[in-house]
Amino acid sequence: MTQTFRIESSDQDGVCVLAVEGYLDAHTAPAFETAIEDEIRSGRVRLVVDCSRLTYISSAGLGVFMSFLEEIREQGGDIKLAAITPKVFQVFDVLGFPQLFDITGSVEAAVARFSQTRGV
Amino acid sequence: MDAFERTFALHVPSSTENLAMIRDFVASIGSKAGFDENEAARITLAVDEACANVIEHAYRSDDAYIVTIRATLDSEVLIFDIVDNGRGFVASDVAQVDVEELIRQRKSGGLGLRLIRAVMDDVKYQITPGEKNELRMVKRLKHA
Repeated sequence: MTQTFRIESSDQDGVCVLAVEGYLDAHTAPAFETAIEDEIRSGRVRLVVDCSRLTYISSAGLGVFMSFLEEIREQGGDIKLAAITPKVFQVFDVLGFPQLFDITGSVEAAVARFSQTRGV
Repeated sequence: MDAFERTFALHVPSSTENLAMIRDFVASIGSKAGFDENEAARITLAVDEACANVIEHAYRSDDAYIVTIRATLDSEVLIFDIVDNGRGFVASDVAQVDVEELIRQRKSGGLGLRLIRAVMDDVKYQITPGEKNELRMVKRLKHA
């Protein structure tokens, strides 16, 4: 099987950008969960998930976004989702995620939104 | 069902590692049934969700068990049956909580069945306690 999953973390203007690539399913979601946990533990709660290279997501992956949102917002941060492809967006859409998460067309727009709202 | 019914089956060890193989199997049958790429992807997602539930909940990720995915295609419908003999559950007991409420409760689960129901035209469970559990998901073909 070549349906791998990779995460790359970088910093853009004090915002942590997690670029996810490949297939986010029940097999790979634990790695994503650990990556977000590591960022929160290090005090980084202004997160942008770059979904431009995310090929597939199932409920296990969506569940990771869902489970951390409250904790991160309580700490004055947010998880913003950026550059979701149409194929992946339809899964977010079925569950009403666009009403609950801040979703932008590009990573730059998501990063900029953090500075506009000063911390949230 | 009609005279042109075709059946396909995949048996895989109960490990999330095999979800990719299951998705390839389902996508190929979806395309054989005439669904476009988007629709085949949605059907693939529904079957992935069902199998992930079996692997993680019915078999508690013990790969000594086998998950069976059976597909039946005729001129009107594409049916996927997921069969296991692990811990069953009563579908009506699975609460349909709002996503907003799940977020407040910091839950990561509770979305799989919702996705399956959103994608498939009909979803049925047949649970024979201690024997087998069968989840049947039906998708009507576009032209039917």
